[in-house]
Amino acid sequence: MSLRAEAHTPPVNEIRRFGPVQRWVHRTTAALMGVCVVTAAFLYIPQFAELVGRRELVVRVHECAGLALPVPVLVGLVSRHFRADLGHLNRFGPHDRVWLRAALRRDKRRSSRPAAKFNAGQKVYAAWIAGASLVMLGTGLIMWFTHLTPLMWRTSATFVHDWLALTIGIVLAGHIGMAIADPEARGGLRTGRVSREWAEREHPLWRP
Amino acid sequence: MNSEPSEEPGTPQPPPERGTPVGRRVLLGTIGLGALGVVAAPTLQRVLEGFLGAAADKDPTGLTGLLPNGGGFRYYSVASSVPHKNATNYRLTVDGLVDRPKTYTLDDLRALPQTRLVKDVQCVTGWRVPGTPFEGVRLSRLLDAAGVRSTAGAVRFSCFDGTYSESLTLDQARRSDVLVALRMQDKNIGHDHGGPVRLYVAPMYFYKSAKWLSGITVTEHVKPGYWEDRGYDVDAWVGHSNGRDDEPTS
Repeated sequence: MSLRAEAHTPPVNEIRRFGPVQRWVHRTTAALMGVCVVTAAFLYIPQFAELVGRRELVVRVHECAGLALPVPVLVGLVSRHFRADLGHLNRFGPHDRVWLRAALRRDKRRSSRPAAKFNAGQKVYAAWIAGASLVMLGTGLIMWFTHLTPLMWRTSATFVHDWLALTIGIVLAGHIGMAIADPEARGGLRTGRVSREWAEREHPLWRP
Repeated sequence: MNSEPSEEPGTPQPPPERGTPVGRRVLLGTIGLGALGVVAAPTLQRVLEGFLGAAADKDPTGLTGLLPNGGGFRYYSVASSVPHKNATNYRLTVDGLVDRPKTYTLDDLRALPQTRLVKDVQCVTGWRVPGTPFEGVRLSRLLDAAGVRSTAGAVRFSCFDGTYSESLTLDQARRSDVLVALRMQDKNIGHDHGGPVRLYVAPMYFYKSAKWLSGITVTEHVKPGYWEDRGYDVDAWVGHSNGRDDEPTS
């Protein structure tokens, strides 16, 4: 532990990528999303449902985690650094178009994947998962408070909630898979720091 | 002439190269698609059910069963664990406002005349399983055998999962499409489907068809059951309750 801390203290060749706010927002959001996914599996996949039972309790945990899911981001908004990162994620430059085109062609050469602080894939992912989470929240609330909405809405909301859950599961697996494949990117979110060499290789247009 | 926009002091210029807010558009677009999905859900669901139902028939892996609305039953249990019962230790008691309380074993129930019904099963959460055979003893037969007293007005069901409960009015319970079911899909009812014995209330949403049935108590008034305490309708006629308009099943 102390060894690793020491390894990351010398700032000579390291640059700061994320502050504590970004790291904690990511961490808590990931934990809440994890609870949502696991409880969803208990509710949805028959084999797991048979294993766990306690449907009411699992539903309650799922509802609470889902309701809390946007909270870390909303709290994070008080931080200027966090808002700045949201700005980076939101704004697409000409280089992002180049990156996306290359991604569609499966062109993995560094030169065809220009990226600033976040690459275009990360930007699209961030925007999509935020929108998808809000759709899940909305449809989830319709399913939860059944008396608030008329007749057919609950069935329709269930339909969207089910299929989007499946989609989110797949996309999330991709997100985690890519993180596993890049230990230094993961380290960036864990410690807040990355090596200058990694930053220049993966995010050549980023000017920290 | 100077055609360049003049740098007026005091009016802040937009910072150069901020880029287009594509992220915001993706986010709003996703939300819009979600809302559209809710609106189009009834149509989409019908199309998908047809497609997935056909695919499930030819799917040896069973993976289509995991897809939403892929057809088939879903397992819901409200208890943490449910004991397994079989022919040796299963008992069904009939008591309450009756002249002759009785306890049935599985073999006792099997020895009684059996009724087979083939109808759709409709869950209140939306899924429907078409043409499902149920077979068992008419509840009215057990009630008649016990001799229901004139003060009685309802029947209460208890389950050996220790948690679930259901109720019917006496008139509902006496219907010919209400069974104490021993077989489902032409097989003995397995544990996961509420076996060895479950209630089958054909005309009502499936939560009325209590699994793991262990007790039938004749009472004066209807007492709301497990889900009904949590907001579901007590008179759960398919298509006429719980704010739904599904096609009636019986």
